[in-house]
Amino acid sequence: MLELKHISYRVSSPEGTLDILKDISLTIPDHRMVVFTGPNGGGKTTLAKIIMGLVQPTEGQVLYNGQDITHMNITERARLGISYGFQQPPRFKGITVHDLLLLAAGEQKLSKDRCCQFLTKVGLCANDYLDREVDVSLSGGEVKRIEIATILARNAQLMIFDEPEAGIDLWSFARLTETFEQIHRQNDATMIIISHQERIIQLADEIVVVAGGTIAHRGTTEEIFPLILQNTMGACPVLKKEGDKA
Amino acid sequence: MMNEIDSSLLEKIADLTGKPVGAFNIRKDSGCEARQSTENIEITSKTDKEGIDIRIKEGTHGEVCHIPVIITKTGVSEMVYNDFYIGDNCDIEIVAGCGIHNTGCNESRHDGIHTFYIGKNCRVRYSEKHYGEVSEKADGTNVMNPETVVYLGENSTMQMDTVQIRGIDSTKRMTKFFCEAGSEVVVTERLLTHGKQEAVSEMEIELNGKDAKGRVISRSVAQDESHQVFYPRMVGNAPCFGHVQCDSIIMGDAKIRSIPEISANDTDAQLIHEAAIGKIAGDQLLKLETLGLTAEEAEDTILKGFLA
Repeated sequence: MLELKHISYRVSSPEGTLDILKDISLTIPDHRMVVFTGPNGGGKTTLAKIIMGLVQPTEGQVLYNGQDITHMNITERARLGISYGFQQPPRFKGITVHDLLLLAAGEQKLSKDRCCQFLTKVGLCANDYLDREVDVSLSGGEVKRIEIATILARNAQLMIFDEPEAGIDLWSFARLTETFEQIHRQNDATMIIISHQERIIQLADEIVVVAGGTIAHRGTTEEIFPLILQNTMGACPVLKKEGDKA
Repeated sequence: MMNEIDSSLLEKIADLTGKPVGAFNIRKDSGCEARQSTENIEITSKTDKEGIDIRIKEGTHGEVCHIPVIITKTGVSEMVYNDFYIGDNCDIEIVAGCGIHNTGCNESRHDGIHTFYIGKNCRVRYSEKHYGEVSEKADGTNVMNPETVVYLGENSTMQMDTVQIRGIDSTKRMTKFFCEAGSEVVVTERLLTHGKQEAVSEMEIELNGKDAKGRVISRSVAQDESHQVFYPRMVGNAPCFGHVQCDSIIMGDAKIRSIPEISANDTDAQLIHEAAIGKIAGDQLLKLETLGLTAEEAEDTILKGFLA
């Protein structure tokens, strides 16, 4: 179980302070699939990064399976079974897809069949990709799918995906949603997915709408999805006017 | 007789464990430790200066020739000339390399000039690894100045992999290629310096014949207070294609200069250069940490991959 208690994140600049997250508390039971959604800049990614330890909250606590992990570093959290798929994954000169899968699985050897299983789930063929370097020769969508394959290879108990659909073509996206669905059906892991995609939102047990640094709404897909559709014009007066006209 | 230090050096520089198969010449502390010629590859000592001649018969296929050099004493200084005469239509591999184990407080130094005369329609793979270490309580310096000169015949290809791993305090490397029509050279250079080490690598690749191709891929890591200078030059004297790519990772208080030059003397010469110097990207470290690696393991993994 993951518990976030009174999480705040404040940044200071010469112009003053800015509250990115304001006193967020949230509990996610095991084997749930939770989607964080909401407007750009609302704080979704910062919240996810705080769970992984990529960002330290200025206030509050993160508990994982009852253990306070607030002051643990990224490595320690990873070894506890938390994994994180980046929205814009880095590239590595000289490191192959196979190397990355090995590192992710934490094993000395990984058979081609097992690599193939991870890559197939993101719509990539092991024959074409295993020996390729994860460098600029790969497209953004390819790097993104390899990133997701590394999370699958980790076999972690808590998987966090930051906009897994971004940059992925429609066909691979369909394959990816099947994979999420399968993990969820098999009760293999808890998943937190930051997403704006209707298809992914509809798979979730719970939707958490993060906006303005707070949890604006949370509930089941049936409860929250109509609210999202109602509020597509945001707070901009011009957009609102356009919306009213329509 | 080989001892433990010799074996360890040979394994590091030439992946050799035990006696090599095929033609070889092992040079140790300025003398010939062991040598073997084969029916197709003849190795003989030079009579006018230090070094050996390696003559490879026309049409030799699938043979490997090892010519490692090891220095296991302090204060050794040598200048060695090794000349390779490779007949037409050969497909061969040559493994060179130099390892120094410095046992005292003096400089141990190996200067070597390898000159290749490669015939037509050949495929040559040439690798050299340079490595140095000092005994416990010793503080001698290790110096290596390798020079490689290659005359590449028509429609021949040469793949040259040069690696300097750890422990060389000072190196000045010079690599020159003269490429005839239809020939192709690919030079891959990997270099790591640390401490107060200094490394200068100059290359000059002349593409002299029609459709000659040249490619230089240089990757380096400079750590601590080490200094590196790269000066690869690609010269197009005919309709040809050349590409120079220099990538460096800079760490600590190191300094790197990278000065790739392309020079065209023919309107149909296509030459490209790229050069980049930067530190390890923070997001690369973070990504590997999310896979369970410590910060140190992540850095090590990135460097190993970069220099692989």
